[in-house]
Amino acid sequence: MASPRATSSLTSRRATSSRAGDPHAPVTNFVLLKLLVSARLRSQLAYRGSFFSDVAGQVLLGLTEFVELYAIVHNVSTFGGMTLAQTLLVFGLASVAFALGDLLLGETDSMSETIRSGKLEVLLVRPLPVLLQLATSDFQLRRVGRLIFALAALAAALLLTDVHWDPAKIALAIITPLAGAAIFCALFLGAGAMQFWILDGRQFANAFTYGGRYVASMPGAALFFPIQIFFTFVIPATLVAYAPSLVILELDGPAGIPAWTGWLGLPAAVVLSGLMLLLWRAAIKKYTGAGG
Amino acid sequence: MRAYWELGKSSFRRHSTYRTAAVAGAFTNSVFGLIRASLLLSAITTAGGAIGGYSAMEAATYVWLGQALLAPLGLFGNAELAGRVKSGDIAVDLSRSVNLTASYWAQDLGRAAFDVLPRGLPPLIVGALVTGLAMPGTPGPYLLGFVSILAAVSLNFLGFFAINLLSFWVLEIRGFWMLYMVLMNLLSGFLVPVTWFPGWLLDFARATPFPSMLQTPVDILAGRTDGVESLAMVGVQLLWLAVLLVVVQVMVRFGSRRLVVQGG
Amino acid sequence: MPIIDVENLSREFQVMEPAGRFRRRRKTVHAVRGIDFTVEQGEAVGYIGANGAGKSTTIKMLTGVLVPSSGRVSVCGFNPVPQRKALARKIGVVFGQRSQLWWDLPLQDSYPILGAMHRMPEADWRPRFRELADQMDLGEFLTTPVRQLSLGQRMRGEVAAALLHRPELVILDEPTIGLDMISKEKLRQFLDAERRDNGTTLLLTTHDMSDIQRLCQRVLVVDDGAIAYDGQLTGLAEVAGAVRTMVVDLATPMHSGVLFSLPDGAVHEGIEANGIRHSVSFDPRRLSAATVLAAISSTAEVADLSLHEPDIEHLVRQLYGRARG
Repeated sequence: MASPRATSSLTSRRATSSRAGDPHAPVTNFVLLKLLVSARLRSQLAYRGSFFSDVAGQVLLGLTEFVELYAIVHNVSTFGGMTLAQTLLVFGLASVAFALGDLLLGETDSMSETIRSGKLEVLLVRPLPVLLQLATSDFQLRRVGRLIFALAALAAALLLTDVHWDPAKIALAIITPLAGAAIFCALFLGAGAMQFWILDGRQFANAFTYGGRYVASMPGAALFFPIQIFFTFVIPATLVAYAPSLVILELDGPAGIPAWTGWLGLPAAVVLSGLMLLLWRAAIKKYTGAGG
Repeated sequence: MRAYWELGKSSFRRHSTYRTAAVAGAFTNSVFGLIRASLLLSAITTAGGAIGGYSAMEAATYVWLGQALLAPLGLFGNAELAGRVKSGDIAVDLSRSVNLTASYWAQDLGRAAFDVLPRGLPPLIVGALVTGLAMPGTPGPYLLGFVSILAAVSLNFLGFFAINLLSFWVLEIRGFWMLYMVLMNLLSGFLVPVTWFPGWLLDFARATPFPSMLQTPVDILAGRTDGVESLAMVGVQLLWLAVLLVVVQVMVRFGSRRLVVQGG
Repeated sequence: MPIIDVENLSREFQVMEPAGRFRRRRKTVHAVRGIDFTVEQGEAVGYIGANGAGKSTTIKMLTGVLVPSSGRVSVCGFNPVPQRKALARKIGVVFGQRSQLWWDLPLQDSYPILGAMHRMPEADWRPRFRELADQMDLGEFLTTPVRQLSLGQRMRGEVAAALLHRPELVILDEPTIGLDMISKEKLRQFLDAERRDNGTTLLLTTHDMSDIQRLCQRVLVVDDGAIAYDGQLTGLAEVAGAVRTMVVDLATPMHSGVLFSLPDGAVHEGIEANGIRHSVSFDPRRLSAATVLAAISSTAEVADLSLHEPDIEHLVRQLYGRARG
């Protein structure tokens, strides 16, 4: 393993000099964001050996998630009305979306730790929104491992499935992972906000975040009907990948997830993000005692 | 012996104070149970009645027993020891008159004893209401199941303990931890019964201790195996227990020697 | 206008306490009850009190982390919670136990980020950083990752971080806890100079009385959520009814203090060194040291003596005792 001390002082020189330019230039939001993110990245590269084993672990995690799906599907001709290649498309889209969401806001999952340790107070006495600080301070680069595997799975699915592409489908295929990422960001945000009220309730939130990921990566038709409804219209997990896949593959959906819901991903992402941001604001207010 | 009993009892009490966490865990395990049961039942229906020797009802029972035992068996692990090695507090633990492994083991058994009811019962109730459960009507499977659960709790404990002990040698065990979790989740049969695996993966899983950590107690409790088979499976568990115990003891021996040499 | 203006400030919390084996009862805890005080620009104020006396609750209300239940609070002209971000640019906060530095990065890497957070252009924060690094001797460990710094080094880094944006008010929560003597002294010297040169207002909570003696002209003693004392440090001794202690070494051992026939207001406290060393405490408002010495000398020959001034920690403890009484 490389000595953390040597690596970080080397990279730090690069980082400080990259800011060179007009020393009187005002600090824009962009400059600030770049500084925050690069600080985070350099922190993680400080333990280089550990970092690469983490990335490898994340790739392996994605792989076992696929093996889990494969272990079911290889026993049957179709699973929830989908062939293996078609389930791979759902899996790939869902994995890309989850990996992105997890990369950005995955650590709000451990909000109770941030509250308990008093770290939140340090964030509160800085002139920046807490959420921005959290997103940048917890940006876990190792999670790109998961993203790499997810992208590979998606590419394989696109090669293996026989899609009749048209402009609408292409647009949907581009929007879907981004809308899905926004949905997972919103779910993580909600999970973090919830822990302001239920400090020991981290696992509650897991039912929706990790439970949402699980549902999103499976063919929705294989779920019980009430679960289809719940994870489509309450927690929009099936809208992340399965419903858009129905549109792309020109398949009919089950009773709880009709094919037209394939176009609901983006609006659901917007609505859910808005709601969860409101919840987050209420949570911060609750912490400072301004609420109830 | 009495010291270990007291350690176990105090651990039971400590966990009994985290009630919200227990409720939250039971809720989440029930939700995951609903999702998993859906998926397996749907596949079995498509396959025409059974996959890997599991009928619809048996697969549902498998899912719910797995969700109920997940927390008591300790499949999430606990990184307390690694923290103590990192902070140097381990020196205090090693200087105590009790055996290091045994004292953590006793505490984990205390935790498991608490987790059985609040975290185990709710998923079973949800399962009984939603899909129904196929539980055996004779006492044999329950008795052997109890022994098998004890063995599985111990196996899970020792597995995570070994990963924790790695912190004597490496700065950051997170990578190893994750690798272990990923393999264990897949190969213990937690996600899908190992008999559903393609042949090569099934062979691989059976060469590891992981199925003994979850699938074995679940199958025995559900009465899927007859008495002789069950006894053989418990035998396999005990064999792995012996192997892991040796591994852990060797690691403690060399790890603490390393601690002495380096002066913490 | 005072930099901190607090009027009838209160904060209560609802906590659940166990009632019986499984039930819990809601209980109201009054952490701060109706305190009033003001701090003027350039003052250095020690805010002291026992654990749980209401110190950190007050600090949280001053920094905008917590809303008061009732009363008014104004810091640098802002209402802390609604104007938290604006206030954050005017104040610097050091939490002794929690780091605001980037843990895995070399110490020097935290400052550009903090400068940017406070929207300071490089031409603004860089000279200030050099000044702080120079005054606090950060030079030799600027390239060391924060997690590898000693507590004393880290704390100097933390203080520099809190002062980078030239705050008008610096709030320090237990800044010297766990530090060695040299680090403590360095930090105190620096804070004192910072106040003198830049007119920075200091408010610090501490358990270490020498921090207060060294830095603050004024102390606020908080006990059970109320201000028990507000004034000069020297006045505290009078209010608390401080005792001085005289320690005498006798030429020949005596195994009892009864023979001393001490005047009213003096108490024989103990014997050490096989009857050679005796200690006597007395109330300086009623007796002079000379009177006490005379009383002892009349019965025994005194070979050596020393006088011990009141220990402030002891005074504060006495004060609490009285406030509770």
